[in-house]
Amino acid sequence: MTRYPRWALVPTGVALALLGIPLVGLLLRANWAELPGLLVSDRAVDALRLSLVTCTISTLLVLALGVPTALVLARTDGRWGSVARTLVTIPMVLPPVVAGLALLTTLGRRGLIGGPLSAIGIEIGFTTVAVIVAQTFVSLPFLVISLEGALRASGSDFEAAAGYLGASPSRVFWRVTLPMAAPALASGTALSFARALGEFGATLTFAGSLQGTTRTLPLEIYLLRESDSDLALALAVVLLAVAALVVGVATHLRAWGSHA
Amino acid sequence: MKRLAILAATILLVGCGTATSQGDQSSATPSATVSPSATQATLGESIVFAAASLNKVFPEITGDADINYSFDGSSGLVDQLKGGAPADVFASADQMNMDKAVEAGLIDGEPQMFATNYLVIAVPAGNPANVTGLDTSLDGTKLVVCAAEVPCGAATARITEANGVTLSPVSEESNVTDVLGKVTSGEADAGIVYATDATSAGDKVETFEIPGAKEDPNTYWIALVKDAPDKAAGQAFIDLILSAEGQAKLAGYGFGAPQ
Repeated sequence: MTRYPRWALVPTGVALALLGIPLVGLLLRANWAELPGLLVSDRAVDALRLSLVTCTISTLLVLALGVPTALVLARTDGRWGSVARTLVTIPMVLPPVVAGLALLTTLGRRGLIGGPLSAIGIEIGFTTVAVIVAQTFVSLPFLVISLEGALRASGSDFEAAAGYLGASPSRVFWRVTLPMAAPALASGTALSFARALGEFGATLTFAGSLQGTTRTLPLEIYLLRESDSDLALALAVVLLAVAALVVGVATHLRAWGSHA
Repeated sequence: MKRLAILAATILLVGCGTATSQGDQSSATPSATVSPSATQATLGESIVFAAASLNKVFPEITGDADINYSFDGSSGLVDQLKGGAPADVFASADQMNMDKAVEAGLIDGEPQMFATNYLVIAVPAGNPANVTGLDTSLDGTKLVVCAAEVPCGAATARITEANGVTLSPVSEESNVTDVLGKVTSGEADAGIVYATDATSAGDKVETFEIPGAKEDPNTYWIALVKDAPDKAAGQAFIDLILSAEGQAKLAGYGFGAPQ
């Protein structure tokens, strides 16, 4: 265990207070007595169900696309590797509304891809598909970045050994590379899910807001601030709880994985 | 990884709290006239909290005067005033939020109505879905409206009920700017917005009047804030907005006269 200088505890304390106190403030303001009643309301249930369904689908998409991408990036050096890596990182740092505008100008009715699609009768705007696309767009980088680091750091010698022993690249991937990166895969998946759950700006700009179709938890909270702040806070508590659960489970998986 | 986990939780929270109150975009800005220097002197550096939809017309009315504007959604501004933010003047885009401010004891004296605004149907230039007004031509189109929770949505619900029409929108947005954005981008076939929003969109949209909308307008209110740092400057600002010059500029942006 590396020791740390004592003074490091001071900024750490400030950082934890900065991050933690707003959460405490939110939890203190929530109307706990009426929380169960508020949460069974139609709109709360619709928003929660829509969020969980879309986040599950987008996380599956992220896994299907992100795992191979992370592998290729981890094994690619040189200029094209850095170009691809930059491209993957950009959605992480884009302001959410900009991500929404980018999707709108691409997949919208008059967009680069949306225009031709519209001509053959496929329109994504205002549908649940648009929500899933927005969530996938913003959360994919989180999986790729966390997994790529792990793949880069570990595995090469074992992979080489498996290769010498006659395993095909696919077999090496499934039997050696992926199991060794399991902890990073778990936390990357959790981060992607949590990011998808919190997706707001791109959904608002690109998908619209209709109860049960496109109005996810964050959009419902945003709208409810105007009229029913108790319900908005109640839903914020739920969102916080789901996010904490997902990140907590991932942390445990990671710990379990590194002991195995 | 732990750091990343905390980062994710933060992003999640920030994402939820991001407000996107945006002002109207104006395509045709009439040339600014310089206000009398006497007015500017009394205006001082007043602090004005004003509804986002006033973010083009107010600076034009005050010309070169050094006003500290804060434009945001009316309800957000009331929250800020409640939180003790210093301001001389509060201008609300609806009566409900001005009432909230009065009830919270934030206002000095009686609020005054200084403008009105009414709902219209906006369609993208060229009217691709052949909308003809608030009627059955809207059936099956991609119609976007404000959600009933926000003032423009409440007004939309009132006016459609008065006309005996039931709408089935594809999206209910949380502010009128988002509705207009969906129309100007061509994503929606039609949207119900305020006349001023349609004016600001210029030739990107075509508009249809809604029967009875002018008779049941949204009202804009202005008032002095109780804890104003500079009440004289605040009053000078209010007087300027209510003056003939101020009213003429408001009319230029599509606002109706107070009723």
